This record gives sequence, C-alpha cells and structure tokens, in this order.
Amino acid sequence: MIKQLFKFREMLLVVIIAVLLGVFSSRSPGFASPSNLSNIFNDTSILIILALGQMTVILTKSIDLSVAANVAFTGMAVAMLNAAHPGLPLALIVLIALGIGAILGAINGLFVWKLGIPSIVVTLGTLTIYRGMAFVLSGGGWVNAHQMTEPFLQTPRQLFLGLPVLGWTAIVIVAVIYIVMSRTFLGRAIYASGGNPTAAVYAGIDVGRTRFFAFVISGTLAGLCGYLWVSRYAVAYVDIAAGFELDSVAACVIGGISTLGGIGSVAGAVLGSLFLGVIKNALPVINISPFSQMAISGGVIIAAVIFNARQERRRGRIILRDRGASETIEGIA
Amino acid sequence: MMTAALAESPLATPILEMRAISKTFPGVKALNDVNIALFPGEVTALIGENGAGKSTLVKILTGIYQSDEGEIHIDGKPVTFGNAQDAIDHGVTAIHQETVLFDELSVAENIFIGHAPKTSLGLVNWKGVNARALALLHSLESNIDPRTRLKDLSIAQRHLVAIARALSVDARIVIMDEPTAALSRKEVDDLFQIVKRLKAQGKAILFISHKFDEVYEIADNYAVFRDGKAVGSGVLAEISQNDIVRLMVGRSIEHAFPKVDIPLGETVLKVENYSHPTEFRDISFALRKGEILGIYGLVGAGRSEICQSLFGVTRPSGGRLELDGKEIQIRSPGDAIHAGIVYVPEERGRHGAVLQLPIYQNISLPSLGRTSRSGFLRAAEELALARKYAERFDLRAAALSVPVGTLSGGNQQKVVIGKWLATQPKILILDEPTKGIDIGSKAAVHAFISELAGEGLSIIMVSSELPEILGMSDRVLVMREGLSAGLFERADMSAETLVRAATGNA
Repeated sequence: MIKQLFKFREMLLVVIIAVLLGVFSSRSPGFASPSNLSNIFNDTSILIILALGQMTVILTKSIDLSVAANVAFTGMAVAMLNAAHPGLPLALIVLIALGIGAILGAINGLFVWKLGIPSIVVTLGTLTIYRGMAFVLSGGGWVNAHQMTEPFLQTPRQLFLGLPVLGWTAIVIVAVIYIVMSRTFLGRAIYASGGNPTAAVYAGIDVGRTRFFAFVISGTLAGLCGYLWVSRYAVAYVDIAAGFELDSVAACVIGGISTLGGIGSVAGAVLGSLFLGVIKNALPVINISPFSQMAISGGVIIAAVIFNARQERRRGRIILRDRGASETIEGIA
Repeated sequence: MMTAALAESPLATPILEMRAISKTFPGVKALNDVNIALFPGEVTALIGENGAGKSTLVKILTGIYQSDEGEIHIDGKPVTFGNAQDAIDHGVTAIHQETVLFDELSVAENIFIGHAPKTSLGLVNWKGVNARALALLHSLESNIDPRTRLKDLSIAQRHLVAIARALSVDARIVIMDEPTAALSRKEVDDLFQIVKRLKAQGKAILFISHKFDEVYEIADNYAVFRDGKAVGSGVLAEISQNDIVRLMVGRSIEHAFPKVDIPLGETVLKVENYSHPTEFRDISFALRKGEILGIYGLVGAGRSEICQSLFGVTRPSGGRLELDGKEIQIRSPGDAIHAGIVYVPEERGRHGAVLQLPIYQNISLPSLGRTSRSGFLRAAEELALARKYAERFDLRAAALSVPVGTLSGGNQQKVVIGKWLATQPKILILDEPTKGIDIGSKAAVHAFISELAGEGLSIIMVSSELPEILGMSDRVLVMREGLSAGLFERADMSAETLVRAATGNA
C-alpha cells in the first residue's frame, strides 16, 4: 500500500506540474513551448543533481547541509585553476571537481561514521568551513568570464538534440543514481540503513560505512555542480549558491523523500526539483515579485511536509499496531 | 509503634484487596480469577515465572489496564481505576524496574514534575517544591540536597529519588516491580532500609522479584502466580523455598513439544571462556550438529548478550571461538553471516525487518553479499531466493513486492525467519522464538525448530519459558548474573533444578 501511495504521489506531482504549466502558459503564451520547457529543465539541472545527492544522504536518516558550500569551494577552485592554467583539458578539470567534491563529502562522512556526530551538526559546521575555505582560497576575489577559457565556459552550453550538455549531464546523473539505488548493493544498503538501522546491522550491513558512502556521493555530485555553476553563470565568487542547500532539501521533501530515512525515489527527487524549477521560472513571467516568490516556495514546502507527515502517520499506524501488540505481550509477561 | 502492632496482627484489615480479577488479551487469558490482599505495614512478595501474569496485575493496579472481571477494594470500599490518575488519587503508586527520570533536572524537579505546588498566580512555587522535596527525602532518611542535578547522583540515590517521586503523591500502596534488578548488593541493602521505613510508616508494599534470597529477606507474605492464576498465598515464614519453587513451576509439562531425537553429529561450534566487559564472563559451551542448546536464565542474566556477541553485534573482551575445528574471529554481523551463524532477535518487529522495503528485498537482505556480483544485485536470483523461502513458509501476501509493513504480525515473522534461513546458516540462534505467540502457533514453531535440527542445523535457543526449554533442548546452559550456572544434559534437567540454578537458590 505504501508503495502504491508513492506511485500515486509521484503521479500527483507530475499532474501538479502539468497543471502549473497549463496555468502559466494561459497567462503567458509560449511558456509551455518545447524550447522554453527545455530551458526550464536546463535551468533546473544543477538543482536536480544536488537533490539526488541530498536524497542518498536523507535516505540514510542523515542530512547534508554543506552541499552549497561545497559547490562554492569546488567552483572557486576549478575556476581559479582554469584561469591560472588555461592549457589544462576540460576533462581533467571536471575530474578534479569531482575529486574535490568527493573529498569534502568524505570529510562529512568520516565525522558521521567514525565519530558518530549527528550529520546535521557536522554539515552545519562544514557548511561554514567550506565557504570559509573558498574565501581563503580566493582572498575574497572573483574569477570573471574573461579569465575563463572557451571550452570551460561553452561546453555545458553546447546543444545536443536541442538540449544543452548541462541538461544532458543531469539526465546521465539521474540514470547513474537510479542504477546505483535500484541495482547495487550500496543502494539497497542505503534504503535499509535509513529504514531500520538496527535491522540493517543485524542483516550484516555496516550502517556507518553506508552513510559515509552516501556523503561521498552527495559531495561528488556537489563538486560536479561546482564546475557546472561557475560555467553556467560565468563567474566564481565566495557567495555563489548561498542557501542552495535548502533548495536541495526542499526538492527532496516535495518529492516525497522522508526526512526520517528509508523512503523515497529518484523520480521523487527529480520531480521535486522540477516543481521548484517551474515555480521559479514561472513567477517572474507572470509578474510576481521575487519576494512573494520566496514565500510561495516556502508555502509549497510546508504543504509538502504536511502531506508527508500524513503519510508518515499512515506508516506510523502500522508501527503503532505493532507496539500495541508488543505492549500486550509485555503485559502478559 | 502502632503500625508495627498492626503488622503483627493477623486480623489486620487489608488496605487493598483485588477480588476475582480476570483479564484476557486476544488469545491469552493473562489473569484468571485472581485474588490478592495487601496489608498496612506489610510487604507482600509477588512471585512467578515470566508470563505468570505479574505485570498485568501491576498494570491493572496502576490503572493502565482495566480488568475484564473482578473488583478492587480500598479500605473495604469498591473502587474503579479508569486510568492511571485514578490509581494515584487512591494512593496507589508504582516504582518500576527502570525508572524514567530526567538527568538534567534537579532532584526536587524530578520528584514533583507534573504535580508541582503552584503559587496563587499559577506559577510553580519553587520554595514549596524544594521544601516538600526536602521533607520527603528526610522521611526516607536521606540527606540529598533537592537542588542537586540528578545526573550527579549515584544509581542508589537515583532510586531513592524515584521512590520519593512515587511517595510524593501521598501513596499508601507502593508497588515495587523488580526494583533490585539493576542494583548491586550494597544498593539492595540501602533499598531494603527504605522499604523497612515505608513499612514502619504503615504503607502496604507489593514487592515483585525473581530473587528468593531477597524475597525472604524483606517480605512478610507471598503470593505465587502461575499461568495467570494465583496458585498459593500466605505468610512467608510458613513455607519453604522448595515449596515456592514447586508452586511456581508446578504445571505438568504436557504441551506437546515435538522434540524429535536426532543423532547428534560432530562438534560445530566451540565457545571457550567468552567474556564481555559488563554483561557476561567465562562462558564456555560446545554445540554439535543437529543439537538444540537451550539457554535459560532470568531476565538480565546475559543470555541475549552472549548471543549478540556470538553474532558480532557486540565485541567480546576475551575468549575464543572455534567453528568446525578452526579458530574464528567475529567482528561484525557480516562476519557471522559469512561464517554461517545467524541470529533471530527477540524483537523481530523492531530489529528484524525493514518495514518500508518489499518482502523480497527483506528476505534477500542478509544474503546480498553472496548473491550480488561486484556490488551489483542480480534481480533474478534475488527474486528466486525470496520466492523459495516465501513458499517454504506459506507466506500470505498479495505479491513479493509489497512492503513488509503491510503484512500481519505473523507473516512479518515468517519474513524475518525466512530471511535468515535464506543465508543457509550452519548455526541458528533464536532469541525467545515463541515470545508473544499464542499456544497453537507455538507448537508449529517448535515443530519447525525440530525440523531444522533434523536437517543438520545446530540451534541455540534462548528462552524464558521453562516448558519450552525443557521440552526442546538437548542440553541447557543456565546463566545467572552473567555467569554460567551450570550445563545440564537432557537426562538431568528438571524444572526445579533449572530454576534453582537460575535463581541461585541452592
């Protein structure tokens, strides 16, 4: 039944997004045109990638608040590298971005795994540290478009079958994460570690190590987004992506990923991101100020949380029945 | 003193009487026509095996459960306890085995939380709280400062705070549910001093304990429960320990335990001087192919702990393990599963299944290391494995892809057992395999355990239920307070010998 509910929920999101598109295009013709839709998707690509990383972490009953700071540091690092050594091939730069991101993610993961510190505390700390590192690295300076090389800036913008490479990158990442979550031992371990950590331990799964790898995945994807971000906006400075970690969490919550862990799907994270992307792109089009835009996003998040909580209660009912039974048993004993 | 005189008078009227109390839970009659009386200034010991109905009685007496039949009288007048507050209003209070207190609050706050004296403005009257806490602690002859934070107190002092909290509601009837379970001998002595003071104040005390020496030390009267019935009561001085043990276990073991005699094979597992920093010490035993080794003992004797340690959940501090003649090290449940040792935990709901995941993923979970190739799952094999064990257990579900959380309790249990057998273990550790199962299903579980032993599995079965231990085991390891209290062959086992070994009552 729960599974059906989630399928239902994902369908619901698809329907809501479609309705939104319909409403917006009636106000602003052309909003739902293929080129604009591809635009919105391209615009949301970075959020989709970050939300997928966030999802793997949330599924293990943890949270990664450092993703946006990771984007800022990695983005700054690769932008400065590109400016200082224009001869480096782009592939190497992307690899370096992935590597730096992975290391920052691994630092989070190690604190959570080896020292048993709650992830919200660890990543709240590293959020500040990573952004501080970006400041130290750059001395507060900017890397501007003219300092970046042509391939560095233009590759993600190349059109391929009508969609920029940036959008294709998101599609590839969605596919990879889908395979990891559904077809690999690690994916299963991630779901089990969040769904019932004790049962996971008893089944021979190292819950701490599983969380560590979830943070590494999240960090690696954030590193990739670091490059994509500075390339897309053609500038690197300390405050890029400020507050974006909350967007990634919001996308997950809207997409039905339970903050208690163990429940959620790749489709949910993607749809949650797209939902936010559509809203962000549509509101300026229909002349709503950025301020009420934030309030609307906030309202939607709370609505999603309420929706989620009601589902949790459904799940809770099953557990309560269970407890009721064991209470009875204890009563007899 | 007047109260002392009362205590000695056999004609004293009881403060509290429970008459013809019955309570039925689905499938089980937990209490059947039970009578019990508590007298002012006297300690009545409530004795019985696990499952005898003691806790149910306590819950009825504290208003948590309501009896189906029977009456409660206080001072000769009938009363009804609709909820916990009713019981408190009538002066009934309970001190539980594990008292819930707040570490970061002061002693006085802990005592009066929820019913603190108020000022006329409705704010907490802190002076009153501290003064009354001080008076209460004085009445218990303790000099703890009410303003101390709880976390700075010793365990015995915390107990005292718990008792003061229980008495802060002006209690006349005090229930102590295994109050000594977590205490050292010295702390028990301190506790008994308090009990004696409460007696002297004329309070009626219901004292629940497994430990005979303590019961004889502190109690005046006894009431023995067995299978939900009161099978004997009277003045403790007039009955021998042997007779009490007989009353406790007195049932004839007539349930059909389908233990089949299986020729035992060679030794599979050898445990030598296994120790844990706090839970158990110097445990040694051997397990042969096809053998069922029972582990019996009171709650807290370290039975589950040694099993969890064999399964790698906790690390032992010493000792060695030999599997098939080779020394092995088990550092994690993964190691244990790999070595062919699996553990079915007592709380199968909470520890056994990931309720959100589908049935087939739960069944395959401990076997994934074996069925996956370089980190990738193999869907076909996974489903085949799940289907095989779902069929073997006659699992009733719409599809193997539905989440385990949607199944009935019985079917969830089948998933949990199935997932362990799917790992094809050599050694199966079962912790309270029939806890919370009705009598009919118990027989099925026992038949199944015998069947597994017949297939050559070696089984370690932890159980608190004597008939199960006596009926199913080839040998029994009895544990008491973390130590081995004897290893009994089937021929030497009797209810009395096992209970004596487990309670340390020679």
